[in-house]
Amino acid sequence: MNYSDKVMDYFLNPRNMGEIEGASGIGLVGNARCGDIMKIYLDIDGGNIIRDAKFKTFGCGAAVATSSIATELIIGKTVQEALEITNSSVMEALDGLPTAKVHCSLLAEEAIQAALWDYAQKNGMVIEGLKPPTYGGHDHHHDADES
Amino acid sequence: MQMNQRDVIYLDNAATTQVRPEVVDAMIEYLSKDYANPSGIYAASASAKAAVDAAREKIAVAIGATYGNEIYFTGSGTESINWAIKSTAQAAKGRGRHIITTAVEHHAVLHTCQFLEKNGFDVTYLPVDEYGMISVDKLEAAIRPDTILVTVMMANNEVGTIMPIAKIGAVLAEINTKRDKDAKILFHTDAIQAVGHIPVDVNALGVDLLSVSAHKLYGPKGVGALYVRRGIKLPAFIHGGGQERGRRAGTENVAGIVGFGAATQLACAEMAEEALRHTQMRDDLIGKILASVPHSHLNGHPISRLPGNINITFEFIEGEGMLLLLDARGIAASSGSACTSGSLDPSHVLLAMGLSHELAHGSLRLSFGRYTTTEDLDKLMEALPPIVERLRNMSPLWEDFLKPI
Ligand SMILES: Cc1ncc(COP(=O)(O)O)c(C=O)c1O
Ligand code: FES
Repeated sequence: MNYSDKVMDYFLNPRNMGEIEGASGIGLVGNARCGDIMKIYLDIDGGNIIRDAKFKTFGCGAAVATSSIATELIIGKTVQEALEITNSSVMEALDGLPTAKVHCSLLAEEAIQAALWDYAQKNGMVIEGLKPPTYGGHDHHHDADES
Repeated sequence: MQMNQRDVIYLDNAATTQVRPEVVDAMIEYLSKDYANPSGIYAASASAKAAVDAAREKIAVAIGATYGNEIYFTGSGTESINWAIKSTAQAAKGRGRHIITTAVEHHAVLHTCQFLEKNGFDVTYLPVDEYGMISVDKLEAAIRPDTILVTVMMANNEVGTIMPIAKIGAVLAEINTKRDKDAKILFHTDAIQAVGHIPVDVNALGVDLLSVSAHKLYGPKGVGALYVRRGIKLPAFIHGGGQERGRRAGTENVAGIVGFGAATQLACAEMAEEALRHTQMRDDLIGKILASVPHSHLNGHPISRLPGNINITFEFIEGEGMLLLLDARGIAASSGSACTSGSLDPSHVLLAMGLSHELAHGSLRLSFGRYTTTEDLDKLMEALPPIVERLRNMSPLWEDFLKPI
């Protein structure tokens, strides 16, 4: 697998892996077809700042690395700022991903948004620009062949 | 453990094997010294041609073929399979268009059959049981008047299950006695994982066509062979020059063929001893893994199984992560996980055996070779349980399992 050193580093030494007891928001997203699952826990303070974030992932090396770096990217950010994290910013932070693994970074983006949605729901608030999560929303694409 | 240069514990011999040194030596001559085209009329050509025919004899002996000229060299196992299936279909399409195969074949067979389906053929994909085994009764029941070909792999590359080829051969022979001479059902087997590892005898098995590949038995990549029983009119698949008695055109890969012959002869000579050694290591390792890792299950048949194949599912985790962490410890293995497949589909073999996508995700295949030692497997046993535990600690499924809502 031609993963960047950064991806391998985040896979072998994942940052922020774990759970948060009594999290302010939890996002659970998955890929319906191949069964990858990503869970992100957020601890958000009264000023809408993300104090802490943790993840758990059932998926490939890229999925672990993207969820790990995504938690790093959002810690210390406001909820609004966290919404701006996209799969391309996650990929960029990892020095890129192999084409077949781009969808794994989408999962990280979706997991953050799902956790923010959960937070908004729990607190009866509306976060501008945030849409409700669709679990198992996107599909793996089919292009590569077997070896 | 060989694999020199890098100190890898290579447990992916079902994917390919290291060309053994004796084979390299045998090949080098035909790359540098006796490089002549076998079709020439000078002395050097005669030597190259003789080398190709000597290799042909070695393959014939290895699979119990009666005549050396029942062996045709090809450019890969995949080519042999394509030729066997497509040319049979083409030759027989006037009298029937039904083919029977299994759901767990290698993609070389499955995708060839799918291609034929798009071209007016009808294919039955026999289901398998939880062990990856087909039912001969179901196969017999699937036979129709328009059936022209049955193609069933001898041993499965992922889960190691060995299919009842001789029984199928006997059933087909019986059915064929009631058919016209030109209306016989042909029987092909993909024996690519079998030859050199378990006994293969085309007459005892009752097969008409059999595919072999050199790189699974310590020969070079890109060389294969198709056994075609004498009397069967299989049209050419690759057209061009008159090589392989006009049935497979293209200047022979002389060095590759020589290597194939040498490797096959050596593998067959050592087969009984190696099979015993691998079987013991296999059963010992399966026992150890299942005992030390909770929620792990063996995939494939417990007994009718390739000596060097282990396939185990570890619940709640994904295979690519396992492979990367094993690789970080210098261990090479493979998985049927969707994330490792390139197509992002989980293994069709594991799915056909009834595993869920989730269970297919957590599969690990370990395949032994002649360089695999018990020390290698001890090292694997040191590395594996902590890797599984580590990935489980990362897995939301494990979390859910531990504290069900
Ligand atoms: C069962 C089986 N069939 C077919 C093939 C294809 O053989 P080759 O790699 O020589 O094309 C392989 C190996 O890749 C195999 O294991
Ligand atoms: S999680 Fe399946 S390919 Fe990345």
